[in-house]
Amino acid sequence: MAADLWTALFIALLAIFTGYEVISRVPVLLHTPLMSGSNFIHGIVLVGAIVALGLATTPLEQAIGLVAVVMGALNVTGGYVVTERILAMFDRSRPKGGAK
Amino acid sequence: MTLPDIQDVINAIYVVAVLVFILGLRAMSSPATARRGILYAGVAMLLAVLVTFFSPGLSNFALIALGVIVGGLGGFYWARVVKMTAMPQMVAMFNGMGGGSAAAIAAVELLGNLSDPATSGLSMAGAIIGSISIAGSVIAFLKLQGWITSKPIVLPGRQVVNMAVLVLGVAFGGYALYLLNTFWLLPFFVLLLLYGILLTLPIGGADMPVVISLFNALTGIAVGLDGFALVNGPLGDAGYAMVIAGVLVGAAGSLLTVLMARAMNRSISNVFFSAFGATEETGGPVQGQLKPIDAADAAVMMAYASQVVIVPGYGLAVAQGQQKVKELADLLESKGVTVKFAIHPVAGRMPGHMNVLLAEVGVAYDKLYDRDEINAEFPATDVALVIGANDVVNPAAHRPGSPLQGMPILDVEQAKNVIVIKRGQGKGFAGIENDLFYRDNCRMLYGDAQQAVGALVSELKKAS
Repeated sequence: MAADLWTALFIALLAIFTGYEVISRVPVLLHTPLMSGSNFIHGIVLVGAIVALGLATTPLEQAIGLVAVVMGALNVTGGYVVTERILAMFDRSRPKGGAK
Repeated sequence: MTLPDIQDVINAIYVVAVLVFILGLRAMSSPATARRGILYAGVAMLLAVLVTFFSPGLSNFALIALGVIVGGLGGFYWARVVKMTAMPQMVAMFNGMGGGSAAAIAAVELLGNLSDPATSGLSMAGAIIGSISIAGSVIAFLKLQGWITSKPIVLPGRQVVNMAVLVLGVAFGGYALYLLNTFWLLPFFVLLLLYGILLTLPIGGADMPVVISLFNALTGIAVGLDGFALVNGPLGDAGYAMVIAGVLVGAAGSLLTVLMARAMNRSISNVFFSAFGATEETGGPVQGQLKPIDAADAAVMMAYASQVVIVPGYGLAVAQGQQKVKELADLLESKGVTVKFAIHPVAGRMPGHMNVLLAEVGVAYDKLYDRDEINAEFPATDVALVIGANDVVNPAAHRPGSPLQGMPILDVEQAKNVIVIKRGQGKGFAGIENDLFYRDNCRMLYGDAQQAVGALVSELKKAS
């Protein structure tokens, strides 16, 4: 196995513990925004999709790469806007009764 | 002095982005800082995506720009226009898109180079999990959206069939690796997508939050696996960012799934393999009959109460009746009635969904009580007003042998009077008859939540 893969494995182990620690004590109230927020964060897949399409050579690879980029971009923007809208509801500083 | 290498600049941005993701996720675990958390994570994501364009050796820029613009604008528009009530299925859909993207990246990698066993194996693992995640998430979306029935769809022998589809699909992938022939990737992907569909179809609407959360974690893992496969390639540094962010979400999402399932007193394996609510209840028929009440009588009953507890459910969210409920609560309070809201952890089919809707119309936080706090208060409550909630108030949960047994519920039956606002005589998501409706102290006020609560409001105004 290449050295890069070992490095990635070390990183992944640390990320597991980080992910676990970061949300180990969270109120039920925040489960939905957190799920939505973490949904946004795996939108980093868009970076991988750009790389995959950017290095694609055959038409088939380009087509599938384009699908990957479109879906990744949907994940990023949709995930962000949904999370923002959910969290805006929790904001106590917003004018009373005002919703839109 | 030379200019810094572009790849160093890109990597530095990736490092900062990953750090901000972790801090952002942490900030999102507390109500006071949550909004800041998503904002910072958003800025970090924007930077990470932008610098990726400058990676050396990239081509197909027109296609990339096209994809980013189409997906970005589409996601932005769609997420903006959707109603708050539809948020759960939107989370499912956008999560599915991430899974699909991960599967598609893996497909490109596999088509490009099948010969390195470590990289191909990792891509294939990412493809498997990503495919299951997109197919399952889309089914979850369709169920919550009501485009296919939210009842469990159970096919005969499904456990065996599902397992066979999964094993066969993975076998095709292995065969492709063995022969170094990309043709066999086609049945590989088809069967895994099919597996994701078959896995999710038998799950009922009540369990969807757990399912969506699990698919969210799975997408994270798929992204992490893709990252592993990319670190060996020419632009490996993007792979490290994906490994960290993906695995972070995989771990956090898995924990969140367990916490959520625990709040609903369900286990993950139960959710996926028991087809909850598919079987009709085995116990004898429910005794008694449904006793209707009209809005005028219900209004009088509440006006003379000293404490009213409102139990909002999914029906309220669907009917967009939260504004009327706020009006009703204000009117009752002006008459000296104490009004409290009982929020079941999964009311509205997603934890926190109901809090969001009520906060939207300005109901004060200190009037929202969670299950443990409010259950002790029902015996001292004159009227419990159940609005469009069903399974979460079904006393069958206390009866051994019921499919709902053990599910934590709100004990509204202990209130002196119960008024249930309901559109018709149908059952809840679990598909189980609700004993509560037949109790002596229970009256049914039929109608759409918004219109029924509106009728209560105008009756109360008339009386004053």
